[in-house]
Amino acid sequence: MAKSIDVSDLDIYYGDFKAVEGVTMTIKAKSVTAFIGPSGCGKSTFLRSLNRMHEVIPGARVEGKVTVDGQSLYDPSVDPVEVRRRIGMVFQRPNPFPTMSIYENVLAGNRLNSRRLPKSEADAIVEKSLRGANLWNEVKDRLSRPGMGLSGGQQQRLCIARAIAVQPDVLLMDEPCSALDPISTAAIEDLIHELKSDYTIVIVTHNMQQAARVSDDTGFFNLKAAGQPGHLVEFNPTKAMFTNPTNEATEAYISGRFG
Amino acid sequence: MTTLAVSPLARPRLPRWAPAVVAVGAIAVAGLLALLLGWGPVATLIVAGVLYVVVLPAWSRLLEGSRAAADRLMTNLVWGSFVVVCVPLLWLIIMVVRKGAPEITGHFLSTSMRNVVGPMPGGILHALEGTVVVTLAATLIAVPLGLMTAIYLIEYGRGSRLARVITFLVDVMTGIPSIVAGLFALALLVLFFGPAFRAGIGGAIALALLMTPTVVRSAEEMLRLVPNDLREASYALGVAKWRTIVRVVMPTALGGIVTGVVLAISRVIGETAPLLVTAGYNDSMNGNLFSGRMTTLPVFIYNQYKTPGAVPLGAHATDPPGYARAWGAALVLIVIVMILNLIARIIGKIFAPKTGR
Repeated sequence: MAKSIDVSDLDIYYGDFKAVEGVTMTIKAKSVTAFIGPSGCGKSTFLRSLNRMHEVIPGARVEGKVTVDGQSLYDPSVDPVEVRRRIGMVFQRPNPFPTMSIYENVLAGNRLNSRRLPKSEADAIVEKSLRGANLWNEVKDRLSRPGMGLSGGQQQRLCIARAIAVQPDVLLMDEPCSALDPISTAAIEDLIHELKSDYTIVIVTHNMQQAARVSDDTGFFNLKAAGQPGHLVEFNPTKAMFTNPTNEATEAYISGRFG
Repeated sequence: MTTLAVSPLARPRLPRWAPAVVAVGAIAVAGLLALLLGWGPVATLIVAGVLYVVVLPAWSRLLEGSRAAADRLMTNLVWGSFVVVCVPLLWLIIMVVRKGAPEITGHFLSTSMRNVVGPMPGGILHALEGTVVVTLAATLIAVPLGLMTAIYLIEYGRGSRLARVITFLVDVMTGIPSIVAGLFALALLVLFFGPAFRAGIGGAIALALLMTPTVVRSAEEMLRLVPNDLREASYALGVAKWRTIVRVVMPTALGGIVTGVVLAISRVIGETAPLLVTAGYNDSMNGNLFSGRMTTLPVFIYNQYKTPGAVPLGAHATDPPGYARAWGAALVLIVIVMILNLIARIIGKIFAPKTGR
């Protein structure tokens, strides 16, 4: 079930270094939210803080509040593993598990958590997830082949299938198309449109046209200066943002006058 | 307009058959010298090799220029070193096979040395048994220890002070002389069981001490090679850290880890000194790790050479009977190590992550 995310006054640190400062926003359920901004402005860091993935890096911590449907993610009693089970993630580089076949890759989220599945149910999950990721027709005859044997765009869709196979509430995507060709990118953008009806999607992208094409809301992140923490400059519906930005920096960035 | 001196794109090249001509020439010259000066075949071959390595680059320099000459010289040197390294290896194998092969019989492999005196036919079964039991026990101790250390170093302790200390200690352990490991194991057992205690377990402890750092090192390298992307992918699916390590990281690195373990085994299987002091020597079968002396193949070889028995009167043989047994056991040991290496390669192949299209 898709859920909304409320972020209020979030600061993110790596050790003593403040990477992101004072982010407040509401990410609507069953919509696509895009983050744009120059490199190093903290978009990815912020995205990773939404499912506590940034904690994988030693010394990373946050101050502030992130709530998903009223439940605070950073409550001391919250298990980060459980959070990540609910909030899935797709990475910049396709990363299927090299030891597993296509079939096993899709089921990885279930199998790695030792959930016992009857064969029929497993088959159903695999087919549903692969269909959901628009990959079924391409791989249905070679499900037992290694996942690494697919092309880059197919691998990325396999990763999306793997992420939706555990039926998360939210899907985070960290530049999912930056390593792909335009055709694979188009396939994934179509997929994002379709997934929107079931999931809350948050996507980081360097491609402003992509943000304009796929997203309902857009957040623009920027740095005040090198070495300063990144911050959220503007957060608005995508249409408004790209036609009539309220902030001068946003307009400069979108129209290509800097960055 | 000034014209720059442009070197032509095409330069004269040595003909394809040049190396062959130089090789034949080098052998001819060396052979002639050998005839005149009465050298043996080894000296002749060495002179021919040196001539070839020097003459071909010299010719190349005259015709092709200095860069091509340097290329040919380095190529010759690299190949030359390769040949030089291979000679002792081949020699050793030929020697051991020639001397050991006649000794390998069903009887030799299926009996012990119990009640064998002088030239009576004896066997190595007790030493084979000892080698297998002691090495297996050492592996059972060293592999979990080494693997878990490596997992701690890579997955949990990265960059921490404790991890640095452990890495340093592992490096120190790598350099421990095997006899010192043996004495340590002996001292440990004597502490518990009294001064006369000799048993296979002591040897296993000593060998485990020698194996552990090798296992840690190789497993560490292999775990380090597993891309972080895979760990993150697993975390993002809501998989706990230890499950990620067991189900994603380890399988990805398994081929390399197993190869490292098998290579560590084949390294310690030939140890003599630590087993001599801890497990002692015994002519009879003993499969009990915890009581009684136990012989392993290297110790058997050492003992047969040390006390080979007398040459029987009136026999044609000039070597005492123990020498032949030692060679036979040496051949068996080498074959075991080779089989282990083959197994390591096969396992590495089987478990290597599949990229296949």
